[in-house]
This record gives sequence, C-alpha cells and structure tokens, in this order.
Amino acid sequence: MERRTLFPGRALPAFLVLPQLAITALFFLFPAWRAFVESVRAVNGFGLNARFVGLANFAALLGSGTYRATVLRTLLYCTAVTALAMAGGLVLAVFADREIKGRAIYRALLILPYAIAPAIASVIFVFLLQPEIGLLTGVLKQAGIDWNYVLHGGQALGLVILVGAWKQVAYNFIFYLAGLQSIPRTLIEAAALDGARGWYRFRTMLWPLLLPTTLFLLVVNTVYAAFDTFALIFALTGGGPGTATETMVVKVYRDGIINLDLGGSAAQSVILMALIVALTVLQFRYAGGRERT
Amino acid sequence: MKRRTLLAAAPALAAAAATAHASVPRTTITLWHAMGGQLGQTLQGMIDAFNKSQTSVTVDAAYKGTYAEVLTATVAAWRAGKAPSIAQIFDVGTAEMVAAGPATLDVWQLAAKTGIAIDAARYIPAVRGYYGVAGGKMGGAPFNSSTALMWINEDAFHRAGLDPAMDLATWPQVVKAARVIKAKRAAEIPMMTAWPIWTQFEQFAAIHDVPFATLDNGFGGPDPKLLIDSAPFVKHLGMLLALQKEGVFKYEGRDGAPSPIFYAGRAAISLDSSGIYGQLKQSAKFGFRDAFLPYHPSLIKSPINSIIGGAAFWTMTAPGRTLAEYRGVAQFLNYMALPENDAHWSKATGYIPVTRGGNAQLAKEGFYAANPGTDLAVKQLTRTKVTPYSAGVRLGGMAEVFVIIEEEWERAIQNGNSAKVALTNAARRGQAVIDRFARSMRG
Repeated sequence: MERRTLFPGRALPAFLVLPQLAITALFFLFPAWRAFVESVRAVNGFGLNARFVGLANFAALLGSGTYRATVLRTLLYCTAVTALAMAGGLVLAVFADREIKGRAIYRALLILPYAIAPAIASVIFVFLLQPEIGLLTGVLKQAGIDWNYVLHGGQALGLVILVGAWKQVAYNFIFYLAGLQSIPRTLIEAAALDGARGWYRFRTMLWPLLLPTTLFLLVVNTVYAAFDTFALIFALTGGGPGTATETMVVKVYRDGIINLDLGGSAAQSVILMALIVALTVLQFRYAGGRERT
Repeated sequence: MKRRTLLAAAPALAAAAATAHASVPRTTITLWHAMGGQLGQTLQGMIDAFNKSQTSVTVDAAYKGTYAEVLTATVAAWRAGKAPSIAQIFDVGTAEMVAAGPATLDVWQLAAKTGIAIDAARYIPAVRGYYGVAGGKMGGAPFNSSTALMWINEDAFHRAGLDPAMDLATWPQVVKAARVIKAKRAAEIPMMTAWPIWTQFEQFAAIHDVPFATLDNGFGGPDPKLLIDSAPFVKHLGMLLALQKEGVFKYEGRDGAPSPIFYAGRAAISLDSSGIYGQLKQSAKFGFRDAFLPYHPSLIKSPINSIIGGAAFWTMTAPGRTLAEYRGVAQFLNYMALPENDAHWSKATGYIPVTRGGNAQLAKEGFYAANPGTDLAVKQLTRTKVTPYSAGVRLGGMAEVFVIIEEEWERAIQNGNSAKVALTNAARRGQAVIDRFARSMRG
C-alpha cells in the first residue's frame, strides 16, 4: 500500500518548492542566460561598448587553432583521467572485496582522497614534485630525469592527469566495491564449483556483471575530468607552461577573467553547456536504462 | 565660583569638539595596489605620512596581488559599481584604461572636475608620453617607473679573466664576453633576461627605433598591425635562439620570475629592470654594476632612448562617488609627486624619479654621486628625443600579446622552430587579440 500525503490547494506546495526554484533560477538559469547573452555580443573588459555580433564569437573560436588544440587537449585529458581513475578504482575494489585482515581500514584509507579539497590535493603534489623543493624531485633527478613541470609541458600534463585521476580513484572504488558486493555470493560460488577462478572468473563473470556500473562511471568520470578539475589544474599549473595544461574550463576562466574577453569566454561556456547537456542525456539513457532492467 | 565655571564649561567644550569633528569629516578613499614586500611597506609608509599630513582625507590602501590581478579586480569591481578610488595599473594595461571611457577619469579631467591643478609638465617626458592621451594630456598619474638595463656580475667577470668595466655597448661585444664566461665556466648562466618580452622586444625595438606595431606603436588608433615578425625582431630572436643552443644565453622563464637567479649570483649578465638596484644592494653577495642596454650596430648607428615600464595611478569612477572623494584623489596624486616624496620613493626602491623635481632633488642630495649607476636609467630614458617608436607601445590586450610571444619563444626552444616561424605565429595570434580589442572598441 502506498502512503501519500496530500496537500490541500496549490499555494502551500508552490510555497514549499519556491526556495529550490529560486536557487535554481539564481545560480543556474540566470548565469546560463547571461552566458547566452554575452556569447553573441562584443564588449570590452569594463562591460562597455556592448553590441550584437551574432555568431562571430563562435566563428572566431572554431576558426582558431588554439581553441581546437584546447579541445583536443581536453579530450586527451578526459580519456587519460577516466581510464586511469576507473582502472585504479576497479583494481583496488577487486582486491578489497576479499576476506583480508583490516579490510575496514584499507577501505577507509582508499576512500580518503575523495574527501580532500582539490586545492589541497594540488598543494600536496606541489610538496612532492615542485621542481626546486619537492620531496620526490631529488629522487627523480638522481634517476636522471630532468623533472621540471614548470618548464616542460609534457611533464605538466602528465602531472595534472595523475593528480586528477588520483583524486577520482576513491569515487570509482566505492562504486565498484558496491557493485562487486551486490553480486550474489551464490553465483560466485557456483562459478567456483564449475572451476572458474582468477582472471577467467573476472573476465567472463564479474566484468559483464559490473558493466552497468562501468557505463555509469564512464559518464560521471568524463564529466568530472572535463569540468571538476578546474581548481586542481589552476592551483597546480595555472594552465601552463604555455598552454600545455589548459583544458576548456581553464581557458574559459583565463579568457574571461584574465584576458577580459567576455564574449569569447561566454561563447566557450555555451559550448561547454552543450557538452554537459549531451553527457547528461547519455547518462540518463545508460544509467537510467540500467535501473529499468 | 571657579568650580561652577569649570563645570559649565565642560559640556560646552565637548559640544565644540563634536561640532569640530562634524564639520570636518575625513573622507576615505580606497587605493588598490600590487606592491608586495618591501615595496608595499614603503608605499604604505608614504600613505601613512599623507594621512597625517592633512585632516580631510584618509587613504585606505589594499594590496590586491600581482599587477594582472589588480587590473582584473579593478575591472570586475567597476562592473559591480564598487571600483576603488585609485587603482595602480601596470604599463601593459594602459590601453585598456585609456579605452575605459566612463570608468576612469584622466588626470586632466580630474583636475577640471575638482579645481585642483595637476601639472603634467612636472613629469619627465619619457614618463609623461607613455601615459599620454590625445592632445598631449595625461591619462594616468605615473607612479613606479623603471626601464630595462643590463646588469653585470663583476665577480663572474673576474673569474673569467675579464675586466668588468669593459665596453659592453653592443651585442657583439656582450656575446663575445658571454662566450668567454661560458668557456671559462665563470658562471652557471653566462647570459639571461628577466621580463623577456619587455626587454627583448619592447625595449629592443625602442632603442633601435624599430616599429613594434603600425599607427605609432598603437598610440595612433585602436587597430594597429603588429610588426613583431619584421626582420630586426627575427634577427634578434634568431641570435638569442642560436645562443641558447650554444649554452651562452638561457631563457629562464616569464615576467620577473628569472630575477632571483641573478640576485643569487648564478648568472654573469642579466637584462632586467633598473628597479632591481635596491634588491641587489641589499642582498647581492657579489660585485655588480649596471650598463645601458646593448644594441646591434647593424640596425642603428647609435641607440636612442628606451621606454619606461611600471605602473600608474588611475582615478576610477563609481556610482555616487562624491566630489570630496575626487578632491582627495587629486590631493593624494599631487602629494606623491612632490619632489621630496618622489625622491624618497626612488631612493627606497630603485625606481626612477618620475618628476623633474624628484630627479633634481636626488642630484642635489648627491644620491647619484654616492650610488654610481643609479643615474643610468634616467640617462637612458632621456638620452635622445623621443620618436613615435620610442614613446612606448600601446596595444589592446597587450598582456595577452606578451604571453603569446613568450609561448612561441618557449615553443621555439623546445622543438627547434626558427625565429621566423615563432614570430610569424606570434604575430598572427597576437593580431587576433588586437583585432578583438579593436572590435570591442567600435561602439
């Protein structure tokens, strides 16, 4: 039997959802609308001389080699972070899903990085790998590696990928662990009786059963890598050296706030918004589909 | 009787004191600056002195981070109607401020509005021209200014068996000395530069009278064409890239980041701001001297004046800002330009005196005589008549253009692009920034 509370009239329900609607309007709809408005205008940094330029800002972006390079870089970054973070989470989850001593402690420690603020995570890695004073820099230099992510773009990109993935491993670990534990023990025992063990059991049984979790995590991780890594990258490299670690969100900030190109920055935001919408649709289709089956 | 009078007088006195306060309320004006560390302390000391010197205005100063951050914060604050009364804006942000229209009051507008005379002629011409607007009038009030010089580590020269006082006027002479320093391993870094684009492009162009951009380096209009891919720049960057490969010159990073390398005595020759004098005098554990920027005899027979760098005080507007506040700003700007204050700032920091009065004051006090080399900056700035290409560079989005040149230079070092390729890319990308600024200026 279903229990349902019914409110009389319309005023009270409307009143109750009003705060939520107001917050959505203020912090989502209004800024999104402003981004749309600014993206079709040319305006100087002070907000003066605004005038309508149609799609010129978008055309300038699409025609710019720098922006195309940023998009490609973002794709590379998202792929690398997602792959590393998911693989890491899966491996750790498979190993933690066993009867071992101190299992609770391992799990708690593995989840810990997720609770660390992005800027703090960056600072931790600065302490470890700063070119002059980093704790691990000396070790790397002794190994003959000219470690200096402030000067070498490739190293900088590798570093922000590593830190981005490191922070997300915990999240994937939780989901994979939950996924593994939701697999009925009887099923695993039956497989074991049939002689399936180790890698074979994982490949033919656990992995297919984890597929819905994997699809869900794929979308979440991509969104994370594309949008939630701003603070991390900004605190670690600021997008440099050159533009080596400048992903699309970092460029939105740099062009809009530092270079005062409000129109171009807004146009980039609109493109990002379109990407978020696309990813959300994907997520609903796959993650939602999983719940229906 | 006596006691009664006293008692009666007390409330009257209190009332009088209250009205005295009420009739002269101090106006508070805000100032945002980018002077960290010792510079910030010196500036705050002068502001405190100004606040004590009169009873009508209190300047409330706040350190807002780097130059770029102050500009960003000021622009955002103006859009929100909360701009500071005065913002210290760096040289490369000048085009933005000149184009800011109602957001700023030019110095002459401030004078007209408040009735407080601000004499533009008190500033030395190289400084006045840099912050000039149409009609020979001034936009920002010059504050901390310097120019680029060449700095010599005398100990490294001795180690290399060279006379530190040797003639280093031209690039061939400097390169020859740097090669000896490398061969003798007299310094880890034979030659380097701080502020790479400022010293190797902007100042390089000025002293060789080479155009940086059309329309008088951008002073003549908002849509100039960048000329940084022209032959003189290609030749100069080509030389630096070749020397980099040879290990004679080392690119050590952007903006002021490389400076500490020279302070630490790790480099023999550095091109840097004249403003590092104070820091060197305080911390250098080696003998040092400064010299004029070297020139290419193949490009010019004798070099002309260099340009200033640094920052100026800009008067910002805000809704509801009172005349009293603007008067306070004008008073403060005049106070900072007094010869004794200008000279004090210069002595304490190593920046040049921006006024004729301050310059004369330093000479009169015997400061130049007691500190050899401190007069070189002013001498280099004033050694010839200013030409359209030695007055400065004023480009919209100039900070971004500088970063683009740095990026292309770094890329050339990393993957071996030629100077021609690097500068063609830089000119194309930089031009896009300038064009965007020009578009945003057309109303």
